[in-house]
Amino acid sequence: MAVKTLIIDDQLISALEEETLLQAAQAAGIHIPTLCYLEGISEVGACRLCLVEIAGSSKLHPACVTKVAEGMSVRTQSDRLQKYRRLIIEMLFAEGNHICAVCVANGHCELQQLAMDLGMDHVTLEYQFPNRLVDLSHDRFGMDHNRCVLCTRCIRVCDELEGAHIWDMAGRGTRSQVITDLNQPWGTSPTCTSCGKCVAACPTGAIFHQGSTVGEMVHERTRIEFIVNARQNHQWQF
Amino acid sequence: MTLHSHTPKNQDSSTKHVSRAAHFKMLDVILKRHQYRQDALIEILHQVQDLFGYLETDLLRYIAQCLRLPLSRVYGVATFYHLFSLAPRGTHRCVVCTGTACYVKGAAALLTTVEQFAHIHAGETTPDHCLSVSTTRCPGTCGLAPIVVFDDQVCGYQTPNSVRDRLKPLLKQT
Repeated sequence: MAVKTLIIDDQLISALEEETLLQAAQAAGIHIPTLCYLEGISEVGACRLCLVEIAGSSKLHPACVTKVAEGMSVRTQSDRLQKYRRLIIEMLFAEGNHICAVCVANGHCELQQLAMDLGMDHVTLEYQFPNRLVDLSHDRFGMDHNRCVLCTRCIRVCDELEGAHIWDMAGRGTRSQVITDLNQPWGTSPTCTSCGKCVAACPTGAIFHQGSTVGEMVHERTRIEFIVNARQNHQWQF
Repeated sequence: MTLHSHTPKNQDSSTKHVSRAAHFKMLDVILKRHQYRQDALIEILHQVQDLFGYLETDLLRYIAQCLRLPLSRVYGVATFYHLFSLAPRGTHRCVVCTGTACYVKGAAALLTTVEQFAHIHAGETTPDHCLSVSTTRCPGTCGLAPIVVFDDQVCGYQTPNSVRDRLKPLLKQT
């Protein structure tokens, strides 16, 4: 296992060859905002919030899918990055119907937290107010497409950790949405094992426990961490 | 694979004579020819749509089972591409190009004319399954802009009047 040395935010860091910039930064205590990234499942580099500047490259690189390299010089904070990250969050807010005051995940929402961290006091873009549906056909869980940011965490967690792959992305462009099986009500899905990993993985209140009211929906990330640890490291820590 | 591989006229006459069971036999042949390979999904969906006219839910379920793919993956792929249709399409097709060249030459007016004449919106089929109206982004004949494709026949230099004349016989035929 070769070790690479690189500089992140003026800090000299050594990281394993197969590590990504995000992992190296996190290990060094440097915070990079993320949304579609969830430790233990594959990275897709979809949300673009973890974009960083690498010296010698005019492009911005997503830290979650960029491998470390020898002598790399990385900046995770700059006015340009701040501007782009805020714009991405604004676009997510304008694209869906995110009303924190009545959301089950109010106070426990990664989108809300990112907006606060980035100082998003208002949205400069025009709200789209799309007509999206709520699926309450499952016995225990619910899916509110209004709050979905299409991060595909539920799809990956169901495919990679549970192995059922009941979720996938359908349509394209503004009509994209997460579907269960053949775009049927969740409760009628023959493949869902009701394991609840998607509920724990969802960054917003899009997938929630039925019966929870405003601010009650806490994502049990420790459950996912436990399974990842057991699967990948064969360690059962609880 | 050509852009307009689906020919409604031929397909329509074949559905009258070939039973559904025979179609399913042909579906099995398609699957076997691709050796039930999961990465041949798009190619299989193309051929199945040519065979049945559209991809109904039961077909998607059958394909997913045969290829051992998740149902949601098959549905996701089928809805991602514009060329796949999950609803039955009309006997005739009218495709208005809204690409840059056609748009500049007045495609918006043509589309409005078609929609008003057939009383449906783009992407829909008339209730009697006579005509499907859709839009496309540039089949590559910008020299003839603005174009409208009637049943795989590319017609150039269209005006609202010429479109109306073309649509009349198509809507009357059934």
